[in-house]
Amino acid sequence: MSLMSTARSRVADVVNLFATPLQASHYVELVNPLWSSHKLQARVEEVWDETADARTITLRPGRNWRRHRAGQHLRLGVPIGGRRFTRTYSISSSPERRDGCITVTVKVLDGGRMSGHLVRNLEVGTYLPIGLPQGDFVVPESTPVRPLFITAGSGLTPVMSMLRTWDIVGNMPDVAHIHYAPHRYDVIYGAELVELAARRPRYRYEAVLTREGGDGPSTARHFDRAQLDALCPDWMEREVWACGPQSLLAAVEQHFEAAGRSRFLHVERFRAALAEVPADAAGGRATFVIDGAPVSADADATTPLLRVAEDAGLNPEHGCRMGICHTCDIPLVAGRVRDLRTGDVIDEPGQLVQICISGAAGDCELALTAPAT
Amino acid sequence: MTNVLPIDLDPAVIEQLGHELDEIYDATIASLGERDERYIRRLIRTQRTLALGSRVAMLAGAAVRRRGLLRRKVGATGRRAGTALLGLGTAGLGLAKILENMEIGHNVMHGQWDWMNDPEINSTIWEWDTVCSADHWKHGHNIVHHTWTNVLGKDRDIGYEILRTTSEKPWNPVYLAQPIYNTLLALMFEWGVGLHELDFDKLASGTKEQKAEQLELFQGFLRKAARQAAKDYVLWPSLAGPGFVDVVIADTVANLIRNIWSYTIIFCGHFPDGVHLFDRSVIEDETRAGWYLRQLLGSANITGGPRFHVLAGNLSHQIEHHLFPDMPSNRYQQVAPRIEALCVRYGLPYNAGPLRRQFGTTIRKIWRYALPGGTDTVSEAPALRVA
Repeated sequence: MSLMSTARSRVADVVNLFATPLQASHYVELVNPLWSSHKLQARVEEVWDETADARTITLRPGRNWRRHRAGQHLRLGVPIGGRRFTRTYSISSSPERRDGCITVTVKVLDGGRMSGHLVRNLEVGTYLPIGLPQGDFVVPESTPVRPLFITAGSGLTPVMSMLRTWDIVGNMPDVAHIHYAPHRYDVIYGAELVELAARRPRYRYEAVLTREGGDGPSTARHFDRAQLDALCPDWMEREVWACGPQSLLAAVEQHFEAAGRSRFLHVERFRAALAEVPADAAGGRATFVIDGAPVSADADATTPLLRVAEDAGLNPEHGCRMGICHTCDIPLVAGRVRDLRTGDVIDEPGQLVQICISGAAGDCELALTAPAT
Repeated sequence: MTNVLPIDLDPAVIEQLGHELDEIYDATIASLGERDERYIRRLIRTQRTLALGSRVAMLAGAAVRRRGLLRRKVGATGRRAGTALLGLGTAGLGLAKILENMEIGHNVMHGQWDWMNDPEINSTIWEWDTVCSADHWKHGHNIVHHTWTNVLGKDRDIGYEILRTTSEKPWNPVYLAQPIYNTLLALMFEWGVGLHELDFDKLASGTKEQKAEQLELFQGFLRKAARQAAKDYVLWPSLAGPGFVDVVIADTVANLIRNIWSYTIIFCGHFPDGVHLFDRSVIEDETRAGWYLRQLLGSANITGGPRFHVLAGNLSHQIEHHLFPDMPSNRYQQVAPRIEALCVRYGLPYNAGPLRRQFGTTIRKIWRYALPGGTDTVSEAPALRVA
């Protein structure tokens, strides 16, 4: 086996020599982007509007895709206005799906550039860069569980992948599912869930429609202990997976901690915590990560980050120190920096930052790794 | 004499000029979008298709010529067809290499497409199809040449260290041969560029550290060059079997086409008549606007149509490229008229002319300065386009 794979990689080395300085895969990509091995892309096969502001996108991943586990997410890149943006979405389809396709369901967020583009403008036939499946919001494969799912809005998506898998395989466990949405028409996969509950008696589905049925503020129907007791009396005996907005997760976490059942709770967050930007546009704490080791320093809003790094004893690659040569470009990991020439704030993880002319705009983290030779 | 500018501008006016150039840059960068992205992606796809198609055409041509493919007797017509196919592949590969090196590679490595945030089309990882390694080139070109453009003793691209292109450079008898080795440089241009970053003085008689550094550079060069040479002169030809030599010749000619073309365009960037050189004193306390002015006076454009500019990697817009080295090259054509108008308004020369004028005066300069003496023709800077 290892002899075979060694032989195969030798052959690949020789074939790649024909394509130097590129790889053979760069030419394979010309024929079909899904066959390339140097990067992973997916073709948009179908778009389907679930609700007024949520759309399910069916993707056919390229050849070197690795089958996901139900509940995992993937990174999806989309060029908007020529610039590439990357976001993470949960995979809502089952890994058992026959045609090898995966689906993600995207809901328009307020001011969400990426979600707005995906829901309104994405066309079938587009190729999008994707990442391999990631995440540990998964149900153990071997041990039997009695899961309680608490989801809200598009937090339903990773759970949907689990439910669909059990449905396809035919081993639906004893599931209790509480799902929150403003109105019935806002529930993505609404009809499918109702139909599933009718067909699989071991799956119990409770929809909490926070803006329907009764007077009073919608918060009256938000998650609390009494509601949980009413909807799922045996919650003390269940392992819990929760996914949804920050406010719901905070309430759920608080409750299960009070009940001493934190270790039976798994949560999935959709948004990484970003550094706050001070109102007076001051600097922040700049962190440079070199091969996994972080070096931090205080940075004010006007000192170039290159200088900050040097004062902290680092020696990043650089050249002209005036924003011409791009030798000092390094990718942003998290947080915000400001281009001192234009005043534009860069907060897109992965975007290259010219550190010789960029200052901190709040806390920021940059990947200071020597470029590959 | 070289620090005397042909114009007498008040420092405040120079700052004003700088401000106007900043505005042009900012407006253009702000308008980048999908059309630009489509341009570079389509160009890269076209270039790769052309390169692969040309290689296949070469192999087919060689096979037809050598009867290797059909094992049948090939008549004179067949041989002619084979040769034509081989020639077509050669021209195609030469063109593909020109596109890859100039409009794509050079410009990507300048960071012109970094704004797209694409993990492949960006200056930190792009490697181009020449014997010159991208890392070496980015240092010598982006840092040294673009920062110290035309400053004597700082910019190693003035005469590329081997040619005498100004009276400021002391003459010695070796320069008598410069018309000859200049021609050799044109033919072997990629090798010249590949070795340009090396400092042979330091390698021979530098400190221990300098020697080690130069040796590492040299080894890096050899690694890249070996892969390139293996591809063009061993691997692809070996696929042609009995037509091995045919493909070696075809690849050699394709590389020659690229060498001569890129040499021609690049030498027209800073050597034609009217281009200014600067004394080190100019860069003391030089402001951003002063840097702009130096780029403007130290570069020359070649006039031509849109297709010519693409083939020239838009280095025919050398002035715009030196003012805004990280602006996507497809925008230079659009910015050029504004720069020229600005020059007219400030009474500055805008050195643009057809290829025959720019290349002609470059060659004349190389021949003239092979001999001792000579007067630099900076004062002849044409204020307006030479038709």
